[in-house]
Amino acid sequence: MSTVKHLQQIMGPDIQDIADPLQDVVEQALAVASHSGASSAEVDASLSQGSSLTVRLGEIETIEHNRDKSLSLTVFFGKKSGSASTSDMTADGIRDTVEAACSIAKLTAEDDCGGLADADRMATEFPELDLWYPWNPDADTARDLALECEEVARQAGDAISNSEGATVSSHEGVGIYANTHGFNGIRYGSRHSLSCSVIASDGDAMERDYWYSMARDRSEMQSAEDVGRIAGQRTLDRLGSRKIATCQTPVIYEAQVAGSLLSHLISAISGGALYRKSSFLLDHKGKKIFPEHINISENPHIPKALGSAVFDNEGVATKQRPIVKDGVLMDYALSSYSARKLGLQTTGNAGGVHNLMIEHGDKDLPALLKQMGTGLLVTELIGFGINNVTGDYSRGAAGFWVANGEIQYPVSEVTVAGNLLDMFRSFVEVGDDLDKRGNIITGSILLEQITVAGE
Amino acid sequence: MSEIMELARQRLLEPTALGDQELDRLMSQLLSNQVDYADIYFEYSRHESWNLEEGKVKSGSHNIDQGVGIRAISGEKTGFAYSDELALPALEQAANTARAIASGGENSQVAVCWKGESNRALYAAIDPIGTLADRAKVDLLERVEAEARKQDARVSQVMASLSSVQDIVLIAASDGTLAADIRPMVRLSVTVIVDDKGSREQGTAGGGGRFGLTVFTDSDRALQYARDAVQQALIKLEAKAPPAGMMPVVLGHGWPGILLHEAIGHGLEGDFNRKGTSAFSGRVGEKVASELCTVVDDATLPERRGSLSIDDEGTAGQNTVLIEKGILKGYMQDKMNARLMGVAATGNGRRESYSCLPMPRMTNTYMLAGESDPEEIIASVDKGLYAVNFGGGQVDITSGKFVFTSSEAYMIEKGKITYPVKGATLIGSGPEVLTQVSMVGSDLELDHGVGVCGKDGQSVPVGVGQPTLKIDQLTVGGTEV
Repeated sequence: MSTVKHLQQIMGPDIQDIADPLQDVVEQALAVASHSGASSAEVDASLSQGSSLTVRLGEIETIEHNRDKSLSLTVFFGKKSGSASTSDMTADGIRDTVEAACSIAKLTAEDDCGGLADADRMATEFPELDLWYPWNPDADTARDLALECEEVARQAGDAISNSEGATVSSHEGVGIYANTHGFNGIRYGSRHSLSCSVIASDGDAMERDYWYSMARDRSEMQSAEDVGRIAGQRTLDRLGSRKIATCQTPVIYEAQVAGSLLSHLISAISGGALYRKSSFLLDHKGKKIFPEHINISENPHIPKALGSAVFDNEGVATKQRPIVKDGVLMDYALSSYSARKLGLQTTGNAGGVHNLMIEHGDKDLPALLKQMGTGLLVTELIGFGINNVTGDYSRGAAGFWVANGEIQYPVSEVTVAGNLLDMFRSFVEVGDDLDKRGNIITGSILLEQITVAGE
Repeated sequence: MSEIMELARQRLLEPTALGDQELDRLMSQLLSNQVDYADIYFEYSRHESWNLEEGKVKSGSHNIDQGVGIRAISGEKTGFAYSDELALPALEQAANTARAIASGGENSQVAVCWKGESNRALYAAIDPIGTLADRAKVDLLERVEAEARKQDARVSQVMASLSSVQDIVLIAASDGTLAADIRPMVRLSVTVIVDDKGSREQGTAGGGGRFGLTVFTDSDRALQYARDAVQQALIKLEAKAPPAGMMPVVLGHGWPGILLHEAIGHGLEGDFNRKGTSAFSGRVGEKVASELCTVVDDATLPERRGSLSIDDEGTAGQNTVLIEKGILKGYMQDKMNARLMGVAATGNGRRESYSCLPMPRMTNTYMLAGESDPEEIIASVDKGLYAVNFGGGQVDITSGKFVFTSSEAYMIEKGKITYPVKGATLIGSGPEVLTQVSMVGSDLELDHGVGVCGKDGQSVPVGVGQPTLKIDQLTVGGTEV
């Protein structure tokens, strides 16, 4: 298909060396499936490789090399289906895997909503998303970067007493998805990161924090010095943390934890939760779930972004679209299966959303603190206390108590709790301090009120 | 040679004509740098699952993963590479990559003398996937579905899944270890949604262990999970807002033992303590719990989800006392951290698969029974929370702060259970929480076999357990101020 040829022109031979054998595997698998009597089939073959190096206390601690390959496929016999996967891409491996999928399909029940995504929804245009920046640093380069990063973090203050180390990692991957509609698409991307975590002590009390940078293109990562400096400072800032009294208070979710609130939104509007009626946003399409000034969109085609993709896990074209407009829920996130269950059309979200972004104002975090006046700034969340059926929310938190718009002291061992429907309605402001290190891009978010449990 | 070793060799070595000679050669290649310890971990893993929803088994999947992980350790440095091909050239390449961690030069150890010790097998060397016909697996899920629906007209959705795994491992290490294990694992899970005039809730139950699938068909066990899931969902429908603040908390027996896993278990893993990054570092011999508390990590329970005849470094599974009558006795160790700390390995070296490095991990972690009558424990609370079922938990091992989230809980008022409350996260400090334990029940129970523990991105199956116990003060993260 045209995409592979296109790729050859822009990528040079290295990616082709990976893609060609995968292409053979995919074609073989589809041929075997068809030979086995499957009425339709889909296949995904991928290969990823990379390495990571960790230093701790000025010495190399680990060097790990990864190379993973995987073939997964689903066969359909009319309305019955079976799936199988393997890391063995030899001819025997492919044959055994198709057979395993077929034997499962013989016993599964007919499912009217099953089958490939509709042929007319397959991606037909393949814009170049600029996601391929392999780096493959040699061990010396990675070591020097990690050493510099950790050293800066350890020098951040006298209270820094120990280190969990600094890690440089670099990976790239290529995958081909094909199905019996004749769709055959390639996806590829690189991902590099530098992270650092150190420990500060005050008497018997220890606190740990970390920072990391992640990007498709190594040149867009924060410098080792910046990552180390921020990791060190964040750790020092937590020393002397205490509980606060149980109260109801305004709260700011710092950018790096604010994305979790939007991920709960996505879980609640995902097709699987909706057709199983296990979502607190069931029947909320077209309803106002945020204040009027909140706009949230999916943006799959941003060059170099970590969540970018031309097609979803079923070959369906992804598209730029509003999810929340003027506070109103505009659309769900559906695969073709869940869409059929709901009597709707797929939204190109088999496998998840791509680059979810919330519109932000022009305030930075200090300005948001001023706006809040008095309340809790949450910088870390732990635990998984989210009930997707009811929206009930309760998680462990750490952060800072804020009064008169200024940070007063670090806070830990408290919980933040509420109901996500109420919490969404109480979004006051989104800061411009965007965290772009993931698939959800947001600034810090100020919420009108939440319950904090402490002493 | 043991039967298990024989089977493991057949699956892992013979297809690519690997024998003792090739193992010797790989090992001496690894040891040709200044490597203190090296190991080669062969693994074949086959997984099958069947999923039911809307009354039908609509999907199933089958997965095979196999490969070899090769590790070389020099001092505190580890080099690691793996291959999903079992053939010798791929292994030689991985060995070269792994040993590059150590500088070149002569190694004092030139040849390895293999010691194949036969260990007590804690589970049968079966392939659980074959213990039940596929048709019978589908039937089982359909029966579970029917049992759930039969409980109450408000049951609107039933999702059930059945999974079986066979994991075959063979470990060859430079200390002479040559060991194999065949590990079965099955699990059945049920999730129900109940709908009472538009008000919805969810309940989940399940269990499993290292045995065959007939355990589910020969007993009432699977159907009981269905009933439990429905009951939990119906109770949640009635639940009121949970309280916020510090109060006495009574934890039920069994799965609430996740408390021990999060509050102290992770903090007692050897790697964190060697590095001095755990809130429990350097505290062996100190009092870290009330004297009512004795906590063990026990890999030796037959057929339990967290049990291991041998760990992933070939060390026999053990019953390790972590806390005895409130005193911290020791840590859980893999070989590397044990060597660096000058103690013995405790059989806690575990890895998710051949493609991951081993590290100290828990197996089955539980508190031994005490003497209090569970009813007497509840009666002793004037106002507090009684939590009997939990979702997940998490811990920051450095500050010691941990959370675990209740999924079924009740208010206790004047010594009586009064009404159910919605799920809430409980938060505390690991080194302090067990000092607050004032009553321990006589009703020790282990969980039903559903635990998954995550650390550094690696998931492994674990078990937990405890008797009913009372914590005098713990922060409950509800909404009612």
